[in-house]
Amino acid sequence: MNTEVKIAGVSFKNPVTVASGTFGSGMEYSEFVDLNRLGAVTTKGVSNVPWTGNDTPRVCEVYGGMLNAIGLQNPGIEVFKNRDIPFLNKFDTKIIVNVCGKTVEDYLEVVEKLADEPVDMLEINVSCPNVKEGAIAFGQNADALFNITNQIKKIAKQPVVMKLSPNVTRISEMAIAAESAGADAISLINTITGMKIDINRRTFALANKTGGMSGPAIKPVAVRMVYECANAVKIPIIGMGGISNYEDAIEFIMAGATMVSVGAANFVNPNTTIEVIEGIENFMREKNVSDINDLRGCVR
Amino acid sequence: MKISETGKVVSQKEITKGIFDLVISTKIAELSKPGQFVMVYPKDGTTILPRPISIAEVTSGAIRLVYRVVGKGTNEFSGLKAGDAVRLLGSVGNGFPLEKAVGKRAVLMGGGIGVPPILELSKELLASSKIAVLGYRDNDLFLKEDFDKYIEVKVATEGGSAGTRGNVLDVLRAEHIECDVIYACGPMPMLRAIKKYAEEKNIEAFISLEERMACGVGACLGCVVKTKEKDHHSNVNNARICTEGPVFDAREVEI
Repeated sequence: MNTEVKIAGVSFKNPVTVASGTFGSGMEYSEFVDLNRLGAVTTKGVSNVPWTGNDTPRVCEVYGGMLNAIGLQNPGIEVFKNRDIPFLNKFDTKIIVNVCGKTVEDYLEVVEKLADEPVDMLEINVSCPNVKEGAIAFGQNADALFNITNQIKKIAKQPVVMKLSPNVTRISEMAIAAESAGADAISLINTITGMKIDINRRTFALANKTGGMSGPAIKPVAVRMVYECANAVKIPIIGMGGISNYEDAIEFIMAGATMVSVGAANFVNPNTTIEVIEGIENFMREKNVSDINDLRGCVR
Repeated sequence: MKISETGKVVSQKEITKGIFDLVISTKIAELSKPGQFVMVYPKDGTTILPRPISIAEVTSGAIRLVYRVVGKGTNEFSGLKAGDAVRLLGSVGNGFPLEKAVGKRAVLMGGGIGVPPILELSKELLASSKIAVLGYRDNDLFLKEDFDKYIEVKVATEGGSAGTRGNVLDVLRAEHIECDVIYACGPMPMLRAIKKYAEEKNIEAFISLEERMACGVGACLGCVVKTKEKDHHSNVNNARICTEGPVFDAREVEI
């Protein structure tokens, strides 16, 4: 039975990774999860300088999911290089580093600083507001997405995955923009912008007012978007959005994803990733599927 | 050390309106220190996040959680019965620094649902003297009898129906209680007042903070508090309440 998948020449022992921001840099969850078993660890977004993030409350629960507005708090690329990469390198898993920034130059600086680091792929979070262009997220405008992808690809030493925002009219247009600019893969979906109001306190549940929704409730939207993108581009897709168990993961794979990420479900059960991996293997055995790659995009 | 495991409910009762006393048999009991908490996972799939609940007391092989029903998650927990399975992660957080009380006069302060987290501390703290000051809304003095077994107790109530009228600091003033170190858990206005009091008196105060949490393991960065100095882990002026806390030296946090 083969569970190995490939993206841009990088081999992953299985198709399961974690969604950026839900797993830190692996250190915190390593008390509960054997990181060696994961296809890859996708790290919390890292920027060129440390980011303080938003005020609290930063998280709240909603029906079947949660909202977060952490504000991409992170220690900056220097601490990340000195602490988090060496930690992850002790494990037999692949490392996907998520990169965020406020300007194209910010992203390029991080990508450049990662060039000689022992990491396997870069995932670019384009849901951050572009502060030089009216604070519209890079991923919400096809031209801006093409431009940032193109510039990153010119200097990146590792394969580049563009992480798409679902907060757009047609996600397939964004997938096409990323592909035509040279992206090696795309990942989707990032969180869906939402809001919760605390009716007793007559205020917003989050200090930031809006937050990104994740959790099981968003899964049908995510599956649909993965399917649309799989029909629009040839580059591989890392699918995510509400994956809680192996059935969810297989849905994404059947919709066209090469890999899948477990996100908010890590909070629901720290062992979710391992249960998803074992569940996929059991499913393959039961259904006589000898190669995970045969399941990909099998619904058309 | 933290473990993720399924515990078994030993007993549960409502000790006063809306406040429940839940005893769970779990290996986490052996790992826990005063001031730590557990993440309790709801079973209802629409309620996805675990709830952080402080450990009120540790007995052999079991933890005692005394919590207020405030929403969907705690409402579900209030229905747990002896024998039920309940998924837990713990014990979480740093706990109170017991060593800071050695040879000192300690005051332990709890306000409202911040009373339970200092019960185990009252038992275990070794100080030259120790007094618990408990703040309640009215004369419904839940858990007071438990404290009476281990420590001298003073009470404050908002309306003065029991003990000193006012808050926990009013008790110190009214009873002329001097101390060298304060340990506290309670609502934010109380903790802010204690931080100010301790700074004025130039004494140490260790306060236990609360915040909305998602993961409970330090990964999501949901539950941070602003810190005076740059935090070693975050590399910014934010510390994780679930990991560096929930107990902080009051001088080190901006609340």
